[in-house]
Amino acid sequence: MSDLANLESQILGQIAAAGDEAALEAVRVAALGKKGSISALLATLGKMSPDERKTQGAAINLAKDKVTQALTARRDILKSAALDARLASETIDVTLPLREAPAEQGRIHPLSQVMDELTAIFADMGFAIAEGPDIETDDYNFTKLNFPEGHPAREMHDTFFFNPKDDGSRLLLRTHTSPVQVRTMLTQKPPIRVICPGRTYRIDSDATHTPQFHQVEGLVIDKGSHLGHLKWILHEFCKAFFEVDHINMRFRPSFFPFTEPSLEVDIQCRRDKGEIRFGEGEDWLEILGCGMVHPNVLRACGIDPDVYQGFAWGMGIDRIAMLKYGMSDLRQLFESDVRWLNHYGFKPLDVPTLAGGLSS
Amino acid sequence: MKFTLSWLKEHLDTDEPVEKLADKLTMIGLEVENIDEKAKALAPFTIARVISAEQHPNADRLRVCMVDTGDGGAPVQVVCGAPNARAGLVSVFSAPGTFIPGKNITLGVGTIRGVESRGMLCSAAELQISEDHDGIMELPADAPVGAAYAQWAGLGDPVLEINLTPNRQDCAGVHGIARDLSAADMGKFRDPAIKPIKGEFPCPVKVTVEDAKLCPGFALRLVRGVKNGPSPEWLHKRLTSIGLRPINALVDITNFMTYDRSRPLHVFDAAKVKGNLTVRRAREGETLLALDGRTYTLDSGVCVIADDHGVESLAGIMGGEASGCSEATTDVLIESALWNEINIAQTGRKLGINSDARYRFERGVDPAFMVPGLEMATKLVMEMCGGSPSENIVVGNAFGEDRVIDFPLTEVKRLAGIEVPFPEMKRILGHLGFMVAGSGPVVKIAVPSWRSDVHGKADIVEEIVRIVGVDKVPMTPFDRGDAPRKPILTAIQLRTRRAKRALAARGMVEAVTWSFIAKPAAELFGGGQSELALANPIASDLSDMRPSLLPGLVAAAQANSDRGFPDVALFEVGQVFKGDRPEDQLIAASGVRHGFASSQGRGRHWSGSAMTDALDAKGDAFALLSAAGAPMQALQIVPGGPGWLHPGRSGTIQIGPQNVLGYFGELHPRALEALGADGPLIAFEVILDRIPDAKQKPTRAKPVLELSPFQPVSRDFAFIVDRNVKAGDIVRAAQGADKKLITDVTVFDVYEGKGIDEGKKSIAIAVTIQPREKTLTDQEIDAVAARIVAEVTKKTGGTLRG
Repeated sequence: MSDLANLESQILGQIAAAGDEAALEAVRVAALGKKGSISALLATLGKMSPDERKTQGAAINLAKDKVTQALTARRDILKSAALDARLASETIDVTLPLREAPAEQGRIHPLSQVMDELTAIFADMGFAIAEGPDIETDDYNFTKLNFPEGHPAREMHDTFFFNPKDDGSRLLLRTHTSPVQVRTMLTQKPPIRVICPGRTYRIDSDATHTPQFHQVEGLVIDKGSHLGHLKWILHEFCKAFFEVDHINMRFRPSFFPFTEPSLEVDIQCRRDKGEIRFGEGEDWLEILGCGMVHPNVLRACGIDPDVYQGFAWGMGIDRIAMLKYGMSDLRQLFESDVRWLNHYGFKPLDVPTLAGGLSS
Repeated sequence: MKFTLSWLKEHLDTDEPVEKLADKLTMIGLEVENIDEKAKALAPFTIARVISAEQHPNADRLRVCMVDTGDGGAPVQVVCGAPNARAGLVSVFSAPGTFIPGKNITLGVGTIRGVESRGMLCSAAELQISEDHDGIMELPADAPVGAAYAQWAGLGDPVLEINLTPNRQDCAGVHGIARDLSAADMGKFRDPAIKPIKGEFPCPVKVTVEDAKLCPGFALRLVRGVKNGPSPEWLHKRLTSIGLRPINALVDITNFMTYDRSRPLHVFDAAKVKGNLTVRRAREGETLLALDGRTYTLDSGVCVIADDHGVESLAGIMGGEASGCSEATTDVLIESALWNEINIAQTGRKLGINSDARYRFERGVDPAFMVPGLEMATKLVMEMCGGSPSENIVVGNAFGEDRVIDFPLTEVKRLAGIEVPFPEMKRILGHLGFMVAGSGPVVKIAVPSWRSDVHGKADIVEEIVRIVGVDKVPMTPFDRGDAPRKPILTAIQLRTRRAKRALAARGMVEAVTWSFIAKPAAELFGGGQSELALANPIASDLSDMRPSLLPGLVAAAQANSDRGFPDVALFEVGQVFKGDRPEDQLIAASGVRHGFASSQGRGRHWSGSAMTDALDAKGDAFALLSAAGAPMQALQIVPGGPGWLHPGRSGTIQIGPQNVLGYFGELHPRALEALGADGPLIAFEVILDRIPDAKQKPTRAKPVLELSPFQPVSRDFAFIVDRNVKAGDIVRAAQGADKKLITDVTVFDVYEGKGIDEGKKSIAIAVTIQPREKTLTDQEIDAVAARIVAEVTKKTGGTLRG
């Protein structure tokens, strides 16, 4: 074996033996560096005859190429091994529990959620939302709504009052959101299409009544709306709200001072182990009251009942929320118990839309 | 209003089954709440005879009875606590396994004080056939032992109960219910004329009505020489079938008239009435022992019937004990009167009396039936008790006004959306007692005297539609027309909704608390004004309208803490009251955080467990303000806040001193103490109404985006400043150094402690410099940096940290 072959095999042996990139670099410098052994051989070519140079040059360059390739190959191996070794030492405990994102922990109260559901449904039917003050006058809460003098609702027994003013008048906490209808009729020209959601108050406190509760009323005033439209709207509403394909409803004649004719509305349902299913079953569940706006109410609000007509309805938001989402105790809606709120509340990104589903 | 099927059939000739009648009643506005078929529920109860009743060996009040149940077997041993359990008594027996409706239990074999009891002898209350629970039932000695009690007692007659709406007093009598059903094709109405009974002598008792407003009409007659006693069986059964207790014929007739004709009457024992009768207001402090055994103290608001003794009866509500009829009564005065509805309602409420008479008079009885009602009662009295009647005395003359309504036939279609042929309208109205004159297009309709609720066209439409059936009204799609599809939420409605979702997205849980709070809590938050205090609060801690949502939220946080959930973040968006005018009602968005409910998340965590602090509340307030569309660049933060916040750990959010949007910070320890809550509690409150409205833009397009071709440069600076220097001032000073080039300043470190002198702190900021026209040279950047240092030093006294 020639010296060159010896040198080559010696360097290749050193390359193979290099344990890390630093050792390999030392081998490279010793072979191919300025003062390296192969570089030294190449430097001798200048002193050779052309023929000798031709054969020796080719041989040395061949050896150089081999060494270079071996270096590259070995470097790749060592680099890869070093990376593997580093990664092997870099471990985390992937079982550590995450901190729940705030958006997962936050909750929207069921009443707010249902209010948004109502808005989505009625906005689609062309209704606006009207609101009014909780502290009302006797005139707007009772007189303009055709409550007769001496009606039991006007007693301290049923209604929260404030102390009399100097002129003897006394304000009260509205017992329904109907005064918002009055305010709407007094300030807007027909056609009117509004819903009036809001907080209402009555002196009542037991398992199914709380001194504050929430109502949503609807009002339509124009020149052609009649009971048939009212039935259709309420039917569409109930299907949309309870998210069922069909629902059986029963409209019963009833009595309210502010509507004539007046109706109460039941929906058919089945009660099963505390669960209520709509659109099936044999039971009737009273859900709302409605009727054609009483001519006296229209007149009191400056609307001619021979020219304009319309209808109104009202229902308890707390009640329909409880029915839909299976909440059993009205009082818990106002107790702010985080266990209850976490369970019955909604996540902030669960925004009800008709396109995406009210509650899905 | 309760009645039985057989009672109804006295007035309605019908073969319809009870279920169909009940459904029809509900669908014409007389909602049937309950059909009680006693015979079904009471099937297991049998008639039995007590053979012997011995004293219980271990209990003074109990007896051990041997009972013959009539089944041919051995006598059954029953332990009974009723004082009237005695040998020979025929009563009602229930065997083990029977459901006892009045007790809501299923009977088992029991051992009572060491003696086995294999059944029960029952009171009427236990069978829910009356409220009588004074001992076990006593049946006639010849009642068939072993027979089913309900069948024997005639309880096979279903009892219907109607939830009567307040406008339909005419249906507080079975007669009126039958009339409605006949209009709805459920049978033929029986309405025989009531013949007057000729008086045989003048009524010796005179009547004076002092105030015709309180008593528009009063009719009276004497029946002399009656023989009072138990009612005949048919009347006895009528009354017991609906849970009324028969007393004697004269009294039972008044109760019968009440339920049969909605015509309450009163009977006086003429022998106990002294002198003439006067209808007048009670004198202050007068008293009456009424028929319910209670003594009432009266005032001038109460209308009474008095004689020379004084008050004898509470007009239209309840008679007096002293002049009441007993089995000894021989001369009876029958009163049939009209009373002022409002006065009756007020008196009934004031005295706390819920009588059958009040129920009808406060709704307004048929004025035209006052005298016929008296005639009918007289006839019944004479049939049952004999006697000779006097002539009637009738005071007053306006017994119902004539009401005629001009009714366009198109009105039914206009309001109800249903075509009803005129003959059908006429038929329905005729059955209901209305008279229709003419044939259209506008007819005249006379309203019957018993329908005081019918005044106008809409009422007539209701009468027609309810009988035709609301289910016949076709559902008509309600076109929303070509109205533009614009957003329907107002600015405040939108802010309310967005604020809620923004706060929930920060991990807070929405609560809904009471609108009214305790007065001291209201005062603490600037409320408690007299015009916001309820005159009749339901409880002393729910007495004043809330000026802030925080007292309710603080109480809620504390309640959760007391339940074992101290790390809570609660918010509410709702109404607060600064005064009693509509414009004083504002929408606030408020929240509280406690314990480890920081903005990072709830509870302790391996990644870091910070207690919540005032700056979480600042973050909450800013998140909701941003979501609600507030101009964030214009907001100013001023240290400090109202008295309920910690003076050094609170801030005010404002747009200039005139428009304070809200506050945030740690609640003041004194406020916490007053509210009874454990601190520290973090809170914020923002008034959504105070957010300025955004300017309306003509298009939805966003401004053109300008992307600079030059890279921004970031430079860090650390300043040593006095401890009380605000970071906000440093940031503002740095920004002011070159408003064109400096696009962002952030605080990335705040340090106090080792290496920094006492009373000083280090604040480090990162400043982003955005070249505009060309890349900046090092010298140009250094010049900006020098201006920043100079500006901060000038505004805050800070020095660059070496």
